[in-house]
Amino acid sequence: MFRNQYDTDVTTWSPAGRLFQVEYAMEAVKQGSAAIGLRSKTHVVLACVNKANSELSSHQKKIFKVDDHIGVAIAGLTADGRVLSRYMRNECINYSYTYESPLPVGRLVVQLADKAQVCTQRSWKRPYGVGLLVGGLDESGAHLYYNCPSGNYFEYQAFAIGSRSQAAKTYLERKFENFMSSSREELIKDALIATRESLQGEKLRSSVCTIAVVGVGEPFHILDQETVQKLIDEFEIVRDDEPPAEPQPAAEQDAPADQGTGADQGAAAASPDVAPMDI
Amino acid sequence: MTKQHANWSPYDNNGGSCVAIAGADYCVIAADTRMSTGYNILTREYSKISQLAEKCVMASSGFQADVKALQKVLSARHLIYQHQHNKQMSCPAMAQLLSNTLYYKRFFPYYSFNVLGGLDNEGKGCVFTYDAVGSYERVGYSSQGSGSTLITPFLDNQLKSPSPLLYPPVDAVTPLAEAEAVELVKTVFASATERDIYTGDKVEIVILNASGIHREYMDLRKD
Repeated sequence: MFRNQYDTDVTTWSPAGRLFQVEYAMEAVKQGSAAIGLRSKTHVVLACVNKANSELSSHQKKIFKVDDHIGVAIAGLTADGRVLSRYMRNECINYSYTYESPLPVGRLVVQLADKAQVCTQRSWKRPYGVGLLVGGLDESGAHLYYNCPSGNYFEYQAFAIGSRSQAAKTYLERKFENFMSSSREELIKDALIATRESLQGEKLRSSVCTIAVVGVGEPFHILDQETVQKLIDEFEIVRDDEPPAEPQPAAEQDAPADQGTGADQGAAAASPDVAPMDI
Repeated sequence: MTKQHANWSPYDNNGGSCVAIAGADYCVIAADTRMSTGYNILTREYSKISQLAEKCVMASSGFQADVKALQKVLSARHLIYQHQHNKQMSCPAMAQLLSNTLYYKRFFPYYSFNVLGGLDNEGKGCVFTYDAVGSYERVGYSSQGSGSTLITPFLDNQLKSPSPLLYPPVDAVTPLAEAEAVELVKTVFASATERDIYTGDKVEIVILNASGIHREYMDLRKD
């Protein structure tokens, strides 16, 4: 996309019927680190790649709890995402207050989309530079939506946004047909594998990703690092049986040395050939 | 020609009594379950107690519609706090919030007489007592509602610390054990039920301590 005379403000149409500012906002989403979502009949899993700027700084928060039954993962301008999360939380609280019942996900995403649309039609505003993967549960089941800076929203079985999300999407496209009937554990495993795809070669550790789950009887919550690392370890060893282009089992054994938690380090190094069923 | 007065009041009094006692590492909060209007009983099984946060419980008597509205507002505010601070509100923090919320409606008050009980940041029991517009104070024990005039003197007799002017000095701290405090609450409600027509049916007793929250009920006279 090159600069042109129709891209200065959001209220200018191009002759081809495009709003360049809105499209540039969507570019911002593509620049952010990856966020992935998948859903089954009863659960929704959100995952994201958390890259800290340096060893010294903390990770940016990219997954937010909106209510007990809704959570959101963002990609793009995280500040915009934070502000929108606050809006979503407020809407949920107000709806609960008035109707003593949780806000249906579909309603929330429409409100969010309308809010985004306003910013595409005011000369003194700019579009939100963040894509949101909204995952939640309501009376009609589990839902995953993607809200875009343009004000559009779509429901998905599984989706990925942000940089190198195409790799994750390719994996999800292969597997999505089974998701509806997946168990909670299978869904989380698929989310982790999809996250690993977006890391493209880099080792998947619990320190670079965040996983969150919401399901029937399970309020939205972010899994802690230890749990995530255990889940990663469970399938990383299984991965050795998969076709080439994977690191050798020997390399896998060495890798635990620089992995997250000490406890797992011990288990993985001790018996690499034995599936860690006792974790 | 005297000024005409309203022949309709936005308020009603649903009666009932509330009590709270703070211990060294526990807090007991209790309220009867009778809801009345005038000389009639609306229901014998209405809870006046609401858990606002993990370590904070409120009992309120007065106009239950206002009490319910107040509980909802505090609940919503607590959710916002949790989102912003990633933790539960402490009892003293909730106490201040309740005071501010009540004063916010200084010129159309919540007709709600509250007693807040819980554990403070150090794990010690704390009780805060309020008037309808938010004036509050931390105390060792308190009672509100229609039976408070009967209950408070009895609690003073049992729990109030002796004067520091006494000689020989009398030990001010007579820590009540949790079981003793619960027994005291049951006695107090049984007595109040005898003479206060708005108190009776059942008493709901909530005990907050380090191991969490525990609820029990005791039957009272139903007349």
